[in-house]
Amino acid sequence: MTEIGTYVYAIARDADSPDPSGLEGVAGAPVRTVEQAGLVAYVSAVPLDQFGEEPLRRSLENLDWVADTARAHHHVVETVSEAVATAPVRLVTVYTGEEQVGALLERRHDAIAEVLSRVAGRSEWGVKAYAEQVLSPPPSSGDDQGTENPGTAYLKRRQANLRDRNDAWRHAVGEAERVNAALAAVAVASRRHRPQDPELSGREEWMVLNGAYLVDDDRADEFATTLDALRGQGLDLELTGPWAPYSFTDIDLNEASDEL
Amino acid sequence: MTNPVRPGSTAPQGYGSRSLAGRETTNLGDILERVLDRGVVIVGDIRVNLLDIELLTIKLRLLIASVDTARELGIDWWEHDPWLSSKDHDLIEENRRLRRRLTSLEEGEPGRIEAGTRSRVVREDRD
Repeated sequence: MTEIGTYVYAIARDADSPDPSGLEGVAGAPVRTVEQAGLVAYVSAVPLDQFGEEPLRRSLENLDWVADTARAHHHVVETVSEAVATAPVRLVTVYTGEEQVGALLERRHDAIAEVLSRVAGRSEWGVKAYAEQVLSPPPSSGDDQGTENPGTAYLKRRQANLRDRNDAWRHAVGEAERVNAALAAVAVASRRHRPQDPELSGREEWMVLNGAYLVDDDRADEFATTLDALRGQGLDLELTGPWAPYSFTDIDLNEASDEL
Repeated sequence: MTNPVRPGSTAPQGYGSRSLAGRETTNLGDILERVLDRGVVIVGDIRVNLLDIELLTIKLRLLIASVDTARELGIDWWEHDPWLSSKDHDLIEENRRLRRRLTSLEEGEPGRIEAGTRSRVVREDRD
């Protein structure tokens, strides 16, 4: 018989927390709740032959598996966060049973409650800024060929191209800083994720900003207006959200590691 | 751009023509960087060691943005971001230490806690 573990998605306050019935989690399992100390954890049962330590090591190498799990995880987090202030839990957090999750809620109550207070009535918005890549201009028509040998001319051209490219980068990065500062001024908090590789973003342009902003829900319109005012000034700005406050609910790790 | 939507009302903004199918089309990279990097970090029971997650995170970061690409762009802020540099490092170190302790305890050889299991643990870390 396969042992069963408890996968944790998100934590909210018990009051006003949505009923999870009908909600599916990872591996299609029904989502349940564990209530303790005024908090509620959204969990589902997972077979440890897939979610135990050794199987996870293998599974986590498989990006398709990771993608499916991440989407299922995100779906639960998002559903809960649409209804109530939510602290998402990081992917593949698995306990050996619901009692352990209850004990966790008891033990970490204060830190979790503080995080939930911080994100209540607020949503995370994502803003990415893209800059058009500066490509090397076509080879020079040969005006300077008379006096310099071809090697020197080539190196000079290449140097000039690199300078153009560098200038373009610097300019775009400077613009991104300006955008970030303007948006952060409307937000309660802001974080910057690492810019995504074109392979992941699906766009050829340079990503020069990948920001996350925690915004009061009653200032969401103002945030969007601020963003719109920054458009058309060189950077292509992309807004995503509202997200569950993933980027603003980290709890101090040192405290967490004391538990082991 | 339109006004932002309230949570739960319609699909998120910003996906252009891809938004019609709803949230399932949300960019995987956007999800991964959120579900892996942040959110409440609570250390699960020993069956799923945080170290595994950290290893995964590191691998995915290579995918999410190659350091070279970003550095080429003149973007190096993460090197000063405690979450992306020292804290991660500390966390990994912490996990290595705990893993060594666990291994020693399981093997019932408390005397070998630091020295004896190190090489094996390092190999594990790399696979």
